[in-house]
Amino acid sequence: MAALASVGETSLEAPATRGPQGMQRSRRRRLNAFRYVVFTLFGLFIVLPLLALARFSLEGSKLGTWSVAAWKQIVSYPGLASGVELTLELAVITSVATLVLLLPTMIWIKLRVQWISRTFEFLCLLPLTIPAIALVVGLGPVYNRIQHYSLSALQLFWVYVILALPYAYRALSSGLDALDAVTLAEAARSLGANWFTVMFRVIAPNMRQAILNAVLLTGALVLGEFTIAYLLLFNTLQPTLYSISRNTPNAGVVFSTSLASLLFAFALLIIVSYAGRRRRRG
Amino acid sequence: MSVAATTEAGARPSRAGRQPHLPAWLGTVPFFAYVGVFLLWPTGILVVDAFKNPSGSWNFAGVSTLWGPVVRSYFIGSFKLCLISAVAGAVFGALVAYAVASGKPDGAVRRFALAGSGVLAQFGGVTLAFAFQALIGPAGLLFHASWYYDFPWGIGLIYIYFQVPLMVLVFLPAIDGLKAQWREASESLGSSTWQYWRYVGGPLLAPAFFGAALLLFANALSAFATIEAWENQIAYTVPQEISTSLSSEVGLANVNAADLLAFGMIVMVAVVMTGYALLQRRAARWLR
Amino acid sequence: MEGLTRRYGPVVALDGLDLTLRPGELIALLGPSGCGKTTTLRLLAGLEDADAGTISVGGRDITRQSASKRDMGMVFQAYSLFPHMTVVQNVAFGLRLRRMAKAERERRALEMLDLVGLSEQSSRYAHQLSGGQQQRVALARALAIEPQVLLLDEPLSALDAKVRAQLRDQIRRIQLEVGITTLFVTHDQEEALAIADRVGVMRAGQLEQLAPPTEVYSRPATPFVAEFVGLTNRLAGTVSGSTVTVRGQDLPLVDLGIPAGPVTALIRPEAVTLASESSAGSGPLAGSVIAITFLGATSRVTVNLGDTTIMAQLPTSDATELSAGSFVALTIRPDPVLVSGADDNSAAASEA
Repeated sequence: MAALASVGETSLEAPATRGPQGMQRSRRRRLNAFRYVVFTLFGLFIVLPLLALARFSLEGSKLGTWSVAAWKQIVSYPGLASGVELTLELAVITSVATLVLLLPTMIWIKLRVQWISRTFEFLCLLPLTIPAIALVVGLGPVYNRIQHYSLSALQLFWVYVILALPYAYRALSSGLDALDAVTLAEAARSLGANWFTVMFRVIAPNMRQAILNAVLLTGALVLGEFTIAYLLLFNTLQPTLYSISRNTPNAGVVFSTSLASLLFAFALLIIVSYAGRRRRRG
Repeated sequence: MSVAATTEAGARPSRAGRQPHLPAWLGTVPFFAYVGVFLLWPTGILVVDAFKNPSGSWNFAGVSTLWGPVVRSYFIGSFKLCLISAVAGAVFGALVAYAVASGKPDGAVRRFALAGSGVLAQFGGVTLAFAFQALIGPAGLLFHASWYYDFPWGIGLIYIYFQVPLMVLVFLPAIDGLKAQWREASESLGSSTWQYWRYVGGPLLAPAFFGAALLLFANALSAFATIEAWENQIAYTVPQEISTSLSSEVGLANVNAADLLAFGMIVMVAVVMTGYALLQRRAARWLR
Repeated sequence: MEGLTRRYGPVVALDGLDLTLRPGELIALLGPSGCGKTTTLRLLAGLEDADAGTISVGGRDITRQSASKRDMGMVFQAYSLFPHMTVVQNVAFGLRLRRMAKAERERRALEMLDLVGLSEQSSRYAHQLSGGQQQRVALARALAIEPQVLLLDEPLSALDAKVRAQLRDQIRRIQLEVGITTLFVTHDQEEALAIADRVGVMRAGQLEQLAPPTEVYSRPATPFVAEFVGLTNRLAGTVSGSTVTVRGQDLPLVDLGIPAGPVTALIRPEAVTLASESSAGSGPLAGSVIAITFLGATSRVTVNLGDTTIMAQLPTSDATELSAGSFVALTIRPDPVLVSGADDNSAAASEA
């Protein structure tokens, strides 16, 4: 799914353009009523499917009973464990590869090759315009050309990096823009640092939050990626879940795994957003 | 001449001064090469193959099949689904975004809503389909929605689930950009709340709103996993048909079908994204 | 406004404020940040509700009226103009809300733009104008609806120094021409003194003094006002009877009821001059020059008196022979001085 903003982009420390106390009382009352209604309705809409997911994941062998069997099956169900493992490995590899590809390039462009930044940004955002479902059509021949030995599913990371580009780019660029990179670089250079030191000892350490965001977004993307893996006939997590559901309709493990991955992603994002705030205060 | 490569992604002088002077843009070559191989090349392949015969000669007749009734029905199907989910997502998302934006800038509500939106906008695909199936599918917990397998309403509802959070993420900065002074100036000049929104707030937010709606449209257009997990017997939309073409072995005629459909899809998305970019620029001028 | 009180949680922004504006006058509310001056303005505008107290205009109580029903024109510090409208559309906005016909309101808007000298920019947009021009348009917009009161919330604070001075005078000129009752909030005392009919100095939610500029400057009612407005020297002195003795000189007191004993005398730099030749010598008010600040027609000379420092504002012609380190003898003009408690231990000279 194309989620276009990282947590770092929509600022949590937004300008207080309407001081909540600087308002007329009657208007504040109406506003609060509106907010309660909206949040309640929206909250319901969001939560109900999740609750259904949870309930189905705790379903026993007879309808209406409760059981944690489905959760235990996450590790024991045939094919699922390997799918999970594969996907997690892919997530790590893709995150690292994306960082390695993007971070030095972005810093380098910002410091030395600014005129290319428009083209660079265009390319980074291009994957949004070339959806995975379309891209996969042209991928087959490419994968055949590149690999001479048997295709391991881990080779998916090459294209996953492309899919992650827009999100990682946004996350990293908001971190990079928050610094005055050029001035920092000039200061470091005037003290005698070479470009390598400037990039990795001066600039990058100041982008920790952004890097973290980028890594998490990339990881979330890989965890949820279905289209390319499925159509290229690989057995990562999502295609595996899908085939389990087709073969064994209403298999509880499908629901438990779904819920687990969702909670996992949510917990990570909350941690990141609170970690970011503490850093700013400190 | 050899240059010390500091990382896999960099070929740039790391010892200043003593190296022969290479142009700085060489440092971006690894990136452009990578993108060239894994994004531009496959795209090029599918565009070219869309217009080629199996024998290899050019064949632009393929384009006419894009207008044929069968293929057109897929595009229309996609269009309907995208329109519904984009409009509903935009309207509801805007309301939620406003509710979030008008609270404490540092409060728990805002933080929670943003993190939640970040996750939920990514929460699509098979897992989301399973969740809705559990809720209102044939064995649904809440009730069995007879329209659950109807196109586009059943699947549209599922799409709305991830469209609304995306709208919140994309539209919230625009609402933040509405300065309190504009509202106060408007009120002190004598406007009511309705007049403010009609003459000031509404027009100011309009480019951002429609831009975001376009983004939602493109997002729905590209989605595949959700609809595939929802129901995989009948192909209503372009992504579904691409998948069918790729995995079918019907005949040579279908070899180009996937390419053509993919090409058509890219064009459609490109048009929408261009509209989004243009509207974004207008919105940025006023609201930043 | 009477008895106005406004609290934000535990913070009391306004504490029973009483303020009356006379028709056609310009009152400047002056004070440090947090003193409540902006809150006062916003309460008057109706943008916030008071916790206690009443507001009336022309005899009518408007305390409960919402902002859109009050007849006020307001100019903000920044982001005043609507970015999606042209200048003339901005100015005509209030008239449009009052359902004036298009031709009529455009005519009137152009009239207002003429008043502020911007009729040539009428079809431009806000981002194409400079900060000073934007504020002029905002002023035109506020005046277009012919309000009863004009409210200005630090309108010059976001502008460059040079533009600030020009615009300040222009605002005053227009205000006098139109004759509108005006409340002007600022933290810049020079602004307040330059354009106001009366200046209200505020601190911690209360008015310390409300008087014409000359009075606020030369006869400050409280030590806070003396320190905030203009520069002040703080020198130790002793009160006996109706004079205070400061470093060997007897000076008359403003307040005659001060009990005898040690105090801190507040003396303006302009009151400190070079001692004439006859009384020269190393008296208690003599020392070596630390610094000379050239201010044009006058110069400010900071002198080290041994245990403290003192600032004197002298005509530059007197100061030309002086340089850092040279020895001078000073005397204080015998004008009435203000004193405050002896335990104020801040630095000898404080700036507003």
